[in-house]
Amino acid sequence: MSIEETENEIVEEFEMFDDWMQKYEHLINLGKSLPMISEEKKTEDRIIKGCQSRVWLNSELKDGKVVFTADSDAIITKGMVALMIRVLSEHTPDEIIDAKLGFVEKIGLTQHLSPTRSNGLVSMIKQMKLDALAYKSKR
Amino acid sequence: MNKQKTISETPIDIEKIRADFPILSKKVNGKKLIYFDNGATSQKPVQVIDAIANYYKDQNANIHRGVHTLSQEITVLYEKARATVQKHLNAKSANEIVFTSGTTESINLVAHSFAKKFINKGDEVIVTAMEHHSNILPWQQVCEERGALLKVVPINNEGELIMEEYKKLLSDKTKIIAVAHISNTLGTVNPVKEIIKLAHEKNIPVLLDGAQAVPHTSVDVQELDADFYCFSGHKLFGPTGVGILYGKEKWLNELPPYKVGGGTIKTVTFEKTEYADVPLRFEAGTPHIEGGIGLAAAIDYVNDIGLDKIAAYEHELLIYATAALQKIEGVKIIGTAKNKASVISFVVEGIHAFDLGTILDQLGIAVRTGHHCTQPLMAHYCIQGTVRAAFAFYNTKEEIDEFIKGLERAIAMLK
Repeated sequence: MSIEETENEIVEEFEMFDDWMQKYEHLINLGKSLPMISEEKKTEDRIIKGCQSRVWLNSELKDGKVVFTADSDAIITKGMVALMIRVLSEHTPDEIIDAKLGFVEKIGLTQHLSPTRSNGLVSMIKQMKLDALAYKSKR
Repeated sequence: MNKQKTISETPIDIEKIRADFPILSKKVNGKKLIYFDNGATSQKPVQVIDAIANYYKDQNANIHRGVHTLSQEITVLYEKARATVQKHLNAKSANEIVFTSGTTESINLVAHSFAKKFINKGDEVIVTAMEHHSNILPWQQVCEERGALLKVVPINNEGELIMEEYKKLLSDKTKIIAVAHISNTLGTVNPVKEIIKLAHEKNIPVLLDGAQAVPHTSVDVQELDADFYCFSGHKLFGPTGVGILYGKEKWLNELPPYKVGGGTIKTVTFEKTEYADVPLRFEAGTPHIEGGIGLAAAIDYVNDIGLDKIAAYEHELLIYATAALQKIEGVKIIGTAKNKASVISFVVEGIHAFDLGTILDQLGIAVRTGHHCTQPLMAHYCIQGTVRAAFAFYNTKEEIDEFIKGLERAIAMLK
């Protein structure tokens, strides 16, 4: 599935919810179901510091595709992190660099992308793209 | 106790007060706004908003410069605002009131000017473990520059200063002490009068960070015998971008200028400049004129209600909210000092403060979450952050009920 197709799938998924409460419950469940990364991988150099919640991000290149794993100490942030991984993981560096990620706005969670929130998500997306860029330049 | 009894007999008129704050009738995320982020900034009454709007509609001119009527009139008003602040703090003279951009700038001004003249290698500066970053970093920076040491008064688990340790830190090397009057994170009201008395026995000046104190309590700088007192307009129901540095005239006269430029001088040649007397020496450039006017309007507003009544009412809110929070399983209040202002920080076992803040926001409830710019304090409690509810006199017990309901709902969702 392409990045855009996954984004559309998520948008459809969120359209089923009538109110914010269900939307957040879904996000919390997504956060809970994201496999935790092991404590030894939560190193200082992989931490993305936000003012509020912390995100740890790891990536590796497998068969030309970037595989992301991540974690957060806040469950709602972790839900957003899970969505980002679902969209961006296992794609080529070029696809990741070019991703527009318009789905966040479509599912009505733009406040998580506002810089004032400083919750690490904006920095996480930036780091995912930087990782992709690094793999691209290595090839 | 008697005092509180008398006050509760003449309670504040909460309906009338709320009607003065237009933003309180706003809806957020489709819900009625409940604003408990007063520690970060307070809301503004129409009296303040009108004063600012009126300045631009009717009074705008630059001050201290023009011979024309508008300039003279606004100069008089701006200096009247300074006098309002002087009276409010019970300072001896209006010369002791410096307009700044806020508490942060006030502290930076003192730290840099004071260090330049008085802090040398091997000297010490004392702060406390509960300080806001704004009352740590300027001192840390000047200590690094001057080769001085930053000493920290520790706190106990309740979030109170350990006074015995403070006494031990005082020495001939101590050049200045900088302490929060009220902690922004814990709500602790520090024994500042005693702190100052002990410091003065050794001729050490004390700076008080009053950012969180002025909205909740009346301050008498002469009674406290404070050498410097700093606060921000926006936390006192006034505009952002304006703040106050009170300094005893003898100290202000000793300090070299911090920022220099227009308005700070008597005469300038390319060889030498003679600076103006205090306070103008510290007010470089065109000041935040409408800020000063708005701040005076805010001070008049709280004085019309009465800060003693405000303190008594907020104390009721604090007791009410504390009792309700303590009933919720897993909630732990951070900061349980005997003497507390209407600020409650708490954590919920197993749930991140950010998650709680996000869900509460969906319910229209504005709280602050995070480290509150007090990372060393968070480290003391071994936590990443807290949820902070800070009450102002326009908040109500009904709002606290809604907040408690919202919190219970958030906890149920996030567990």
